[in-house]
Amino acid sequence: MRWLSGVRIFAIAKKEFFHLRRDRLTGGMVVGMPIMMTVLFGYAINNDVRNLNAGVVDEANTTASRALVADAMATQVVRVVVRAGSPLELERLLAAGKISVGLYIPADFEERLAQARPPYAQLMVDDSDPIVLGAARGLAQLPLGQNPQTTLKSTFEVRALYNPERRSAVFIVPGLCGVILTFTMVMFTAIAIVRERERGNLELLITTPVQSLELMVGKIIPYVFIGYIQISLILLMGMSLFDVPVRGSMLDFYSGAGIFVLSTLTLGLLISTVAETQFQAFQLAFMSFLPQLLLSGFMFPFEGMPKAAQVFAELFPMTHFLRIVRGVVLRDATLSMMVDEVWPLALFFVVVMTFATMRFRKRLD
Amino acid sequence: MTIVIETRDLTRHFGDLVAVDHVSMQVPKGSIYGFLGPNGCGKSTTIRMLCGLLIPTEGSANVLGIDVLEDPEALKSKIGYMTQRFSLYEDLTVVENLQFMTEIYSVPRSERAPRIKAQLERFSLVDRAKQLAGTMSGGQRQRLALAAVTLHRPELLFLDEPTSAVDPESRREFWEFLFDMVDQGTTMLVTTHFMDEAERCHALAILDQGVLVADGSPKRLMADLPASVVEIESDTVRVVRETLLDLAEVIDVAQLGSRLHALVRPNVQDPSAFLDASLRQRSLQASLKLVPANLEDVFVMATLGREVDR
Ligand SMILES: Nc1ncnc2c1ncn2[C@@H]1O[C@H](COP(=O)(O)OP(=O)(O)OP(=O)(O)O)[C@@H](O)[C@H]1O
Ligand SMILES: [Mg+2]
Repeated sequence: MRWLSGVRIFAIAKKEFFHLRRDRLTGGMVVGMPIMMTVLFGYAINNDVRNLNAGVVDEANTTASRALVADAMATQVVRVVVRAGSPLELERLLAAGKISVGLYIPADFEERLAQARPPYAQLMVDDSDPIVLGAARGLAQLPLGQNPQTTLKSTFEVRALYNPERRSAVFIVPGLCGVILTFTMVMFTAIAIVRERERGNLELLITTPVQSLELMVGKIIPYVFIGYIQISLILLMGMSLFDVPVRGSMLDFYSGAGIFVLSTLTLGLLISTVAETQFQAFQLAFMSFLPQLLLSGFMFPFEGMPKAAQVFAELFPMTHFLRIVRGVVLRDATLSMMVDEVWPLALFFVVVMTFATMRFRKRLD
Repeated sequence: MTIVIETRDLTRHFGDLVAVDHVSMQVPKGSIYGFLGPNGCGKSTTIRMLCGLLIPTEGSANVLGIDVLEDPEALKSKIGYMTQRFSLYEDLTVVENLQFMTEIYSVPRSERAPRIKAQLERFSLVDRAKQLAGTMSGGQRQRLALAAVTLHRPELLFLDEPTSAVDPESRREFWEFLFDMVDQGTTMLVTTHFMDEAERCHALAILDQGVLVADGSPKRLMADLPASVVEIESDTVRVVRETLLDLAEVIDVAQLGSRLHALVRPNVQDPSAFLDASLRQRSLQASLKLVPANLEDVFVMATLGREVDR
């Protein structure tokens, strides 16, 4: 092992930066991708379900039954679009996807109420979509105006500390930092070495005194800056468009992001030493991205996953970063409170970097 | 005389294919050593092994006193390799490419700018300094490539078909650069398909299907050609050629424009008269004369031998 040369590392980094500057599409992706994804996810992923299409069959047609329908509509969870003649027709409408919720009030509604003999009415729910089911469950708790006794009494009072209005953007935008960075960082570096090979530059490069580690380090430096640009963009948009509160310190946020960016970049490098063509590199990058997206806790609650999946997910940088970023941004946690999430990232960086450097041989065969 | 490259039974297989087959050669310091041979004969593969980019299947190579198998990295700062395919960065400008190379080769900071300037002037690239390498013409690219691999003043240069896209005028200029560098003590290994270039080399190796079939100085190779060369002019060269090829005494007949070069076995006394007689028998008109062998004849002879063998 010879001494590393700062000049050579810098030369590689500078060259990589020139490539980026000349490549409009990639340059556009640096800025366009976070903007697009933040807007898309921020507006589209919304767990506060509203205005579900509903059909109503009111066989009782009394004051109380009409009041029940009006109450249900007042929640804004449902919007009555059809008045049907029979429960059977409701089922047909549900199957056809015309409505998501069917509200059936039987003819003996008043009698049941008077005798306090539930169920008083029936909700038919299109539970092929779990989110709709969740919303409809909420509707089932609806108190009946005239009969306060029928309301369920809660044992606990829930105190939401960090997102009391339960706005999904608050939860999603910090997580998006992890998703977008994972996606772009791995994509960028996955082609870093393959591209040299495909364009014929590698044969010259490996005949120079440049060392594997110098090449690897030089290649990721420009992308660390790009990572910071992207993460700042996402955070800014989250604050301005979605009122995401940033409670923790910026220094902690950026330090955590730095370690995370480094670790995902090395993953890209490793892919680049394995792939033979840029297309293969893209495929591998995507393959490494999907499980992270699904298992990191971004899409589905981490605690709900089977044990094996949880253990597997602990290997991903994104899993740890999501915890860091939600902690720092939403819960005003400090990085030192979250060392347990920081060291796996650092370890990932060191191990994968070493592996990628060792895999890269200055040879053609 | 110092030997800069020495190989012994250097061999490289790609699967079943033997790309380089027991090549043993010596290149003395301060000379231009030419590699001649048909496409796919293993020239580039040999160079790659000498640069430490490919591991030989068999045999050994010692370059600048370094065993290539043992410590290829020690070699890298002392050699320059101009690849057959343009391998600088097409989306970097001429100057950016040159700067990159000075930094990668750790040229001292104070010398970087003056050296780049000198190379730009030497290779007439001053006007192109800010042009993207990818937008330059073939010949300009090859000048840039040579400028780039000589910035760090290597002791040994490998040039793989450096003039394949260069016009005849610029080719001469290109060779003048090479001779300048040789005067300063640089050693070079050059591959080429041009006979005029091969003739300028101090020594030549002719490769055919991975085998080194002839080597020595161009003069020696021409003088020692184990055949007599008869130059034939005729209005019916094609018929004449076919007629002569049927003769057992004729090794091969190559067409050079409107003339033919017949390689005749050395045991034939007065080959010119012999061929003349054979042609007359078939009432073909031609004027014949015995000429000294040129490199083309040497090349034809060398690359033919193997086909005859099998
Ligand atoms: N990486 C490789 N894998 C398989 N075969 C290879 C590889 N590299 C070269 N070859 C084969 O080895 C032989 C020699 O190739 P090489 O490139 O050395 O020829 P060359 O003399 O440089 O030819 P040219 O004049 O066309 O450049 C060819 O038949 C080629 O197909
Ligand atoms: Mg070649």
